[in-house]
Amino acid sequence: MTVMEQRGAYRPTPPPAWQPRTDPAPLLPDAEPYRVLGTEAAGKADPGLLRRLYAELVRGRRYNTQATALTKQGRLAVYPSSTGQEACEIAAALVLEERDWLFPSYRDTLAVLTRGLDPVSALTLLRGDWHTGYDPREHRIAPLCTPLATQLPHAVGLAHAARLKGDDVVALAMVGDGGTSEGDFHEALNFAAVWRAPVVFLVQNNGFAISVPLDRQTAAPSLAHKAVGYGMPGRLVDGNDVAAMHEVLGEAVARAREGGGPTLVEAITYRMEAHTNADDATRYRHDDEVAAWRDHDPVLLLERELVERGLLDDDTRRRASEDAEAMAADLRERMNKDPLLDPMDLFTHVYAEQTSQLREQAAQLRAELEAAAEEAEAAESAKGETR
Amino acid sequence: MTTVAAKPATKPATMAQALGRALRDSMAEDSSVHVLGEDVGALGGVFRVTDGLTKEFGEDRCTDTPLAEAGILGTAVGMAMYGLRPVVEMQFDAFAYPAFEQLISHVARMRNRTRGAMPLPITVRVPYGGGIGGVEHHSDSSEAYYMATPGLHVVAPATVADAYGLLRASIASDDPVVFLEPKRLYWSKADWNPDAPQSVEPIGRAVVRRPGRSATLITYGPSVPVCLEAAEAARAEGWDLEVVDLRSLVPFDDETVAASVRRTGRAVVVHESSGFGGPGGEIAARVTERCFHHLEAPVLRVAGFDIPYPPPMLEKHHLPGVDRILDAVARLQWEAQS
Ligand SMILES: Cc1ncc(C[n+]2csc(CCOP(=O)(O)OP(=O)(O)O)c2C)c(N)n1
Repeated sequence: MTVMEQRGAYRPTPPPAWQPRTDPAPLLPDAEPYRVLGTEAAGKADPGLLRRLYAELVRGRRYNTQATALTKQGRLAVYPSSTGQEACEIAAALVLEERDWLFPSYRDTLAVLTRGLDPVSALTLLRGDWHTGYDPREHRIAPLCTPLATQLPHAVGLAHAARLKGDDVVALAMVGDGGTSEGDFHEALNFAAVWRAPVVFLVQNNGFAISVPLDRQTAAPSLAHKAVGYGMPGRLVDGNDVAAMHEVLGEAVARAREGGGPTLVEAITYRMEAHTNADDATRYRHDDEVAAWRDHDPVLLLERELVERGLLDDDTRRRASEDAEAMAADLRERMNKDPLLDPMDLFTHVYAEQTSQLREQAAQLRAELEAAAEEAEAAESAKGETR
Repeated sequence: MTTVAAKPATKPATMAQALGRALRDSMAEDSSVHVLGEDVGALGGVFRVTDGLTKEFGEDRCTDTPLAEAGILGTAVGMAMYGLRPVVEMQFDAFAYPAFEQLISHVARMRNRTRGAMPLPITVRVPYGGGIGGVEHHSDSSEAYYMATPGLHVVAPATVADAYGLLRASIASDDPVVFLEPKRLYWSKADWNPDAPQSVEPIGRAVVRRPGRSATLITYGPSVPVCLEAAEAARAEGWDLEVVDLRSLVPFDDETVAASVRRTGRAVVVHESSGFGGPGGEIAARVTERCFHHLEAPVLRVAGFDIPYPPPMLEKHHLPGVDRILDAVARLQWEAQS
């Protein structure tokens, strides 16, 4: 009997070995970004935590404006401001325990600061005196990462290693919406899911990758939906709602710590400033779009909630703003001093032990510096004599 | 050499503008030329080189891509396979590294793999080099990696006119070209008369930028103006230096370089990428092989130190400047020394 003759009796059946590997339904993100502030859920939020978040937001906003001002004064080579995105930055830092690790990208200075790094050290890369300048192991903060998405596989590897060693350490890695297009994003998510690594991926979707809007970046229903394809849950959150961010990231961290594997969190937020001081945002976006987001400002949202519930007295407000001012004044003062740099440091940390070539080159530079110093001294004393 | 009638422009142009003009003229002349990259559309590229191209030619001809360098170059391979001439922009030198797999495994060897059946006319524009105060990953000089990969042309202009002429030739080339744009010369406004007819320079010819008799400085890209300055300064010491601008590292113009060194008998290679395993070693070896009997001293190299590119506040100590070049020139008096 031929297949054609069999036709009437033929019923398509799936290949015998096939079954879905994971039920996709629980992995799917909510249809709407999750919110707490201004909703019933806010009633359950701890007032103490809300006040703490308020103080951090006020301080974070002040840090952003101060750092931007320092760029204009030429004290920073560049500052990618996170104004408007403070809720994401602060929540990311606060949900971690001391033993956990943060993997920030170049825009995440504020997360690094909130995790406790000294405000000046947090700016080393952007100031241009050294690339990182702090010990990542001491603070459990990886270097601010400039090549996009390349820190994500590092976070997975670190979390995996911690787990192999039996430590209940979680890694939280931050990336922008544009960074999700890079191959490293895909590879990191896939490894994390297959290894069930204790990692939380936080995508700050701020609408643009420099000039390119999200609809030119992805055709996915949302970035959180990307999680499903890897077999991890995707969560969609209002990134300007600091209480919602804290709750969702906190859950993801807890899940990872308990062996539940990775989560992809997409925070819907907006970049209020240009990409950096070198960027001209008027070329690719309208002022009305920026204005619309102004009413959904993260500080404003929390402030409204606190006022509504009678949690924001003048004293709390004043203390928050005074703390922020003190931090800004200290930052200003310390950043206005030229950093003390030793050019000989160029050769110090290339290898554990200098190669003979580097020793030669170090000697060359030392001779040059000595000659320059002598010349300067001679010029100075010549000036003295003519006076 | 072919000439192309240019539309009159009102202002003297920068190198960035000359590059943009080269893209525009290539696109106008040949509808298979497509520009793609990150932020090349509305923003006009972070250095504004592609300014206005999307407006003039539409989004299909000048395309903002998703943010993925391997994807940009990989799709360019497919586009070229189907008969287009993609010109891709890598935003900064160090951000081309994710695309290395495509460049080395496919772009460089497609002609060879297909026994000549499928050449890939792709131009990869890479803003490169330091001296602009960029933070980490914004100042690499990666030419040695590209030079070490057979199948790629590697071109680096140093003047506004060459930026135009060499980019036109690169886009017209049936082979892939890595086109290195010296970032710190983007805003230089030298000897380009935008109203004059423009010349398209063939790839692979060096030029003598400054004739001289006592020694040859062999250089390219961002180090060319530095060498010219050094040559001026050396006059006071009685040195009459010739400066050869390579313009193209692959193919390498052995003739022009050897002719110069035979005339002068002494040579220094100058570039800002690291010296060890860098382009200078190859160049010095070639010069020695061809000019051994004419050399009065070994070919010397002045290069960046063998360190990861330093932070902006220290880069002045790393980049080869006039003094380091003059020191090397002084060392060329080999007999007296040894
Ligand atoms: C591999 C790589 N390619 C290109 C760049 C240049 N670049 C720096 S930031 C940026 C846009 C990133 O956008 P997004 O990921 O959305 O983060 P955001 O800046 O919005 O926080 C680009 C293209 C880079 N840093 N790394």
